Amino acid sequence: MLDSRFDGLLAVLDFSVFLSPSPEVGANYLTYLLGGAVWTVILSVLSWVIAFVIGSVMGVFRTLPSPTLSKVGACYVEIFRNIPLLVQLFIWFNVVPELLPGFGPWYKHLPSFWQQFTSATLCLGLFTAARIAEQVRSGLRSLGRDQYGAGLALGLNIRQVYNLVLLPVAYRIIIPTLTSEFLNLIKNSAVASTIGFVELARRSESMAELKSTVFEALLAGTLLYGVINLIVLFFSRALERSTKLPGLLGAQK
Amino acid sequence: MYAFDWSSILTSLPFLWQGMVITLEITLVAIVVGILLGTIIAVVRLSKNSVLSAIAAAYVTLFRSIPLVMVLLWFQLALVPPVVRWLFPKANLDLNLIIAFAAFAFFEASYYAEIIRAGIQSISKGQAMAAQALGMTDRAVMRLVILPQAFRRMIPLLLTQAIILFQDSSLVYVIGLADFFGVAKNRAASTGSEVEFILFAGAVYLVLCLTLSTIVRQLQKRITI
Amino acid sequence: MISIRDISKWYGAFHVLKDCSTEIQKGEVVVVCGPSGSGKSTLIKCVNGLEPFQKGEIVIEGTSVGAKKTNLPKLRARVGMVFQHFELFPHLSVLQNLTIAQCRVLRRSASESEEKAFRLLDLVGLRAHARKFPAQLSGGQQQRVAIARALAMDPIAMLFDEPTSALDPEMINEVLDVMVKLAQEGMTMMVVTHEMGFAKKVADRVIFMDEGQIVEDRPKMDFFSRPNTDRAQQFLSKILSH
Repeated sequence: MLDSRFDGLLAVLDFSVFLSPSPEVGANYLTYLLGGAVWTVILSVLSWVIAFVIGSVMGVFRTLPSPTLSKVGACYVEIFRNIPLLVQLFIWFNVVPELLPGFGPWYKHLPSFWQQFTSATLCLGLFTAARIAEQVRSGLRSLGRDQYGAGLALGLNIRQVYNLVLLPVAYRIIIPTLTSEFLNLIKNSAVASTIGFVELARRSESMAELKSTVFEALLAGTLLYGVINLIVLFFSRALERSTKLPGLLGAQK
Repeated sequence: MYAFDWSSILTSLPFLWQGMVITLEITLVAIVVGILLGTIIAVVRLSKNSVLSAIAAAYVTLFRSIPLVMVLLWFQLALVPPVVRWLFPKANLDLNLIIAFAAFAFFEASYYAEIIRAGIQSISKGQAMAAQALGMTDRAVMRLVILPQAFRRMIPLLLTQAIILFQDSSLVYVIGLADFFGVAKNRAASTGSEVEFILFAGAVYLVLCLTLSTIVRQLQKRITI
Repeated sequence: MISIRDISKWYGAFHVLKDCSTEIQKGEVVVVCGPSGSGKSTLIKCVNGLEPFQKGEIVIEGTSVGAKKTNLPKLRARVGMVFQHFELFPHLSVLQNLTIAQCRVLRRSASESEEKAFRLLDLVGLRAHARKFPAQLSGGQQQRVAIARALAMDPIAMLFDEPTSALDPEMINEVLDVMVKLAQEGMTMMVVTHEMGFAKKVADRVIFMDEGQIVEDRPKMDFFSRPNTDRAQQFLSKILSH
């Protein structure tokens, strides 16, 4: 099957395959892949929300004076950074539903699509949270002890110092690293294909195998990932510009 | 409460070890080729020839913007089979392993290239000037003065990337190659103890990676150049 | 020996060197001084081709520095340079710093280069530190090693770019002493420096630069007793007051 395509030095690409009907009812392959891209984005965005919230909390914990909270943050990061993403995914898919009371039965009643979606979202969210925690921590660190001291000296309590003084600046500083983390998240979402979730990589693979139009399918999938990349970068730069603090961060690219 | 049954893990240990060997092979090949190729790409990227520099930059950008899963699919479905069939038409090789080696090597090279490039650029210009002032050619400057210092500085980062690679190698699951995790999954399916095997695999990775990253952290403290 | 003719250089739109010209004869010691930003470091780096220039010509013993077919590494091996921040190679020992270019560029044998290295270390008074690494030496010691490293190539001339500016005051003299010795032995030297005491002692000529131009280029005694221009006058009075 593959040999005949490569007998000549150049394989002639057949883009009409995108218009042929796909496994999805009423859609051609182009729509099929675009649908996959949409699911990739939805999965990424939801995971990001989870990751951002939990990551911020853990990052802040690591900079707090309390040794318990600091340890909690450190353990979280170490556990979620030292197990491969794929293994974590299967833990959410196969292990947690068996072990976690309450969650298990609810999960098992979901249709398989939503099982995959839930596992993938939780997995990506908590995995990425560990990385965000490190970035929040280094952003906060870079502000120096004196900012923290100045806040306290005004009579603010710790929570206020973090919310009003430290975090607003720290988040601005780490916008570039958070962006690259979000881009990583989008790339990592492809791992969900291993449990059957129909995001872009999975659909790209199916199309390549079902229609034996390997180059076209993979090329389209790759390009779509590239387009998603560019869109994210565009919005990130806009965000950076709109939140820029004159003088302090103006010099940062 | 789930009834844990760890016995099937004990009987599967030989298979799991074989899988681990595959994982280590892929990791090592990717590290060695990745660093070698990455150094070349980094040096080319910094060269004054704008065409070559652009090609190197394009390589890095390309591999860093695609998911590793897609890279594996590319190598499995499109890139490796025809090349292997062209080079070794009669041989009956384990394609999956070759695909894994090739995909990870080329993929990691782009990440290593960025680390090495940053390392090279972190060496002050004065060092290059001093070497040039002694009459060294550009190649000698890079080889004798810049790269030795750059590598010493980058060792922690190179090792951290290696640990990430070690974890990423589990993705060969996508192409059906049975590495450590792949074996664990297969044995899980055939013995019906999914939960135990997956948790075991997770624990093994956790212990190994924690140990390795602790070693790297200690190493980082000692390196002073 | 070194002929600098109408050198002009731009960094983008910024005109950094404006038609600089001077000649340095064999055995002459020329001091280049001036306020920061005057282009003196840039000019000296043009002499051995470390900085490119857009207009003009620099000729060292018949070889044009800017010409396309000039073998720059070969030329640089004949002219030694000492940098403000010493720039010893931190991953090599003191001895290795002195031998690496001898072996790799001049293709001397290991024993020959080591012998030369030890002789030079004696000259600068640092033989005991041969096996140490740069980080273990003081600034003054590092700079003396740097001078020895440049001398190991048997250069026809030596270029110094603010050799003592990065040193603590108490170490400046140990470096200047070595430079004075070199000058007295007849080395052709071009030295960018603020150390007017050194200039008064061994310089033959003083060049004063300001805003990219050579404003004065006169024999040492003439320059110090009666500078031609106001700018040089102002500079001297500020610098000599401490």
